[in-house]
Amino acid sequence: MALPEDISVIDVDILIIGGGTAGPMAAVAAKEQNPDAEVMLLEKANVKRSGAISMGMDGLNNAVVPGHSTPENYVKEITIANDGIVLQKGVMAYAQRSFEMIQKLDSWGVYFQKDETGEYDMKKVHHLGTYVLPMPEGHNIKKILYRRLRRHRVTVENRYQAVRLLKDKSGAVCGCIALSTRDAKVIVIRAKAVIMCTGAAGRIGLPASGYLFGTYENPANCGDGHSMAYHVGAELTGLECYQINPLLKDYNGPACAYVTGPLGGYTANAKGDRFIECDYWSGQMMMEFYNELQGGNGPVFLKLDHLAEETIQEIEHVLHTNERPSRGRFHDGRGTDYRTKMVEMHISEIGFCAGHSASGVWINEKGETTVPGLYGAGDMASIPHSYMLGAFVYGQICGENATEFARNRELPELDEAFILRERERILAPLKRSDGIPPNQFEYKVRRLVNDYLQPPKITKKMDIGLARLHAMEADIPYLYARDPHELLRANEAQHILDCAKMAAFASLYRQESRWGLYHNYVDHPQTDNDNWFCHVQLFKDEQNRMSCRKMAIEPYVVELDEQEKSAYQQLRVKRAG
Amino acid sequence: MPTASQITMVPVVIDEEKCIADKGCRTCIDVCPLDVLWINENTGKAHMKYDECWYCMPCEADCPTNAVTVNIPYLLS
Ligand SMILES: Cc1cc2nc3c(=O)[nH]c(=O)nc-3n(C[C@H](O)[C@H](O)[C@H](O)COP(=O)(O)OP(=O)(O)OC[C@H]3O[C@@H](n4cnc5c(N)ncnc54)[C@H](O)[C@@H]3O)c2cc1C
Ligand code: SF4
Ligand code: SF4
Repeated sequence: MALPEDISVIDVDILIIGGGTAGPMAAVAAKEQNPDAEVMLLEKANVKRSGAISMGMDGLNNAVVPGHSTPENYVKEITIANDGIVLQKGVMAYAQRSFEMIQKLDSWGVYFQKDETGEYDMKKVHHLGTYVLPMPEGHNIKKILYRRLRRHRVTVENRYQAVRLLKDKSGAVCGCIALSTRDAKVIVIRAKAVIMCTGAAGRIGLPASGYLFGTYENPANCGDGHSMAYHVGAELTGLECYQINPLLKDYNGPACAYVTGPLGGYTANAKGDRFIECDYWSGQMMMEFYNELQGGNGPVFLKLDHLAEETIQEIEHVLHTNERPSRGRFHDGRGTDYRTKMVEMHISEIGFCAGHSASGVWINEKGETTVPGLYGAGDMASIPHSYMLGAFVYGQICGENATEFARNRELPELDEAFILRERERILAPLKRSDGIPPNQFEYKVRRLVNDYLQPPKITKKMDIGLARLHAMEADIPYLYARDPHELLRANEAQHILDCAKMAAFASLYRQESRWGLYHNYVDHPQTDNDNWFCHVQLFKDEQNRMSCRKMAIEPYVVELDEQEKSAYQQLRVKRAG
Repeated sequence: MPTASQITMVPVVIDEEKCIADKGCRTCIDVCPLDVLWINENTGKAHMKYDECWYCMPCEADCPTNAVTVNIPYLLS
């Protein structure tokens, strides 16, 4: 069978899906590895301003800098913060290349804060070690990445949403089907290796404000990659270990305790008292945050009103110009001045994000998923707490390894029947003349997530939630889009539904509590190391059913002593007397 | 299908006097990560077509004529 003429097929060696943070680095690394390789970067938005760092970044949250820490200590800290459920080799691979990446970015013109002696001005925010490096002038990072893409002649395709991955007969990934968000054209990109860098699944839960796009994550990151990986047969891991972030209430952006903490700000309860020892995000920290919110001492606030005028000006300069610059406007609208008022905080809706938490598409220390030819980096892949620098490092690791994989591969054969079926499916909402609008469908999924899947997790509730989400599959043939933009949203909404089901399914599978609030399972309140000291892998089985399995944790490369293991269990401030 | 047409106030406002979309500018439309800014067919100027804004501000920062103002969406403000 041949493909009809109106489906264009573009052939490349390496396809990178998602041009936010990890994606551009992966593309540059692939070109550095093999300048002759044809490398395409496919982006749903525009690589100039896409992803989590679209306006810049306030700092590196996990910089392993000689003299301040070692890769071994970093691996320890991340292992403890994740209650032991980590692929240490994967964290180590990051830690060992962390400093080299900072130097590379520095040489490209990214400005990191330095002290009087010209050394990186590291700050302590984590519970044990020192890993935060401020970037008060971090707003030009996308420009710098873009310049590199051009210099290396990476082919950029903006405004295409990847919708499904393709596999050849051998079972290796060989490209993707993508949808143009402006004119609803379906194209096929055939590739010898694919790197997914589609970011977090940040649109699963509904923000408390009710505004669908008022999410913590960039809402373009809606779990497309998670869903695509699932459908192509890759394993996902730790999906029960949700991402839940502390944030500015309603604004839903970060309160940035990492910026304010080293300058003397802290998270306080309604009385203005500290209640957590450490502002570094972990499930345990979030549990304390949640308890304070729900208990008589809430709400929770960011407290800066005790700081000196010049410190406050410094904080305002960073927080109101860089990462989320509309923050100043939000405060002005409510008359919130850091000098006189504590700033109300809250917790986010749930999501999947390895950047801040640990959930995502399983990758090993080479960036390989469980499907040959498919790689993953950044917030969508499973290396925990990887943040921006982790996205860069794993982008680079994937770029190198995918290029070598592609070098030895013949041009793969396409499954034309599958492509034609998928095109029908993807375009179907546009062909109808009435039906369910994508925004209502999406709202309903996300409302069900909040009602039934948010912690505290309860079996009966999650069963109801999962059943109702399954019932919504029957609505898919009625999704109705009036234009290409609504078609984009209709396809996103289906991926959001997949992610919601995966969140419920994985949570029901792990019958214990772990990671503080992230997997606070009321029916199984204890951590059960005898039965659950393992990864939970989620995948599509041979009958196309969602399944989970336990996977043993690989032997540690850095051992922990007993005392260290419980360090993150003691985050509540001890009261005197 | 029976439908309702509800009114929604969108957060991003474009000053049509200042907007030079008629001279070919598409900057804000190009950079928006949510693809919610489009040309208004009636005026030929940029406008916010979909109420799906992350209030992230590239549109305002990159506009060559300072025509764009990003407000905080009413539901959050
Ligand atoms: C508000 C905020 C503040 C943060 N602050 C810090 C900080 O101070 N320090 C720090 O170290 N880290 C911080 N982080 C985390 C850090 O920014 C992320 O971990 C990192 O940028 C993730 O990179 P990524 O490449 O995985 O995702 P992104 O950079 O978000 O890129 C994902 C890209 O994929 C595209 N995409 C999604 N789906 C598709 C599809 N189907 N087809 C094509 N393209 C697609 C998206 O449009 C997007 O451009 C912050 C994150 C957020 C959201
Ligand atoms: S960037 Fe400014 S001038 Fe250009 S189209 Fe947008 S509003 Fe108009
Ligand atoms: S603020 Fe961001 S999401 Fe909103 S219109 Fe501007 S660029 Fe688009």
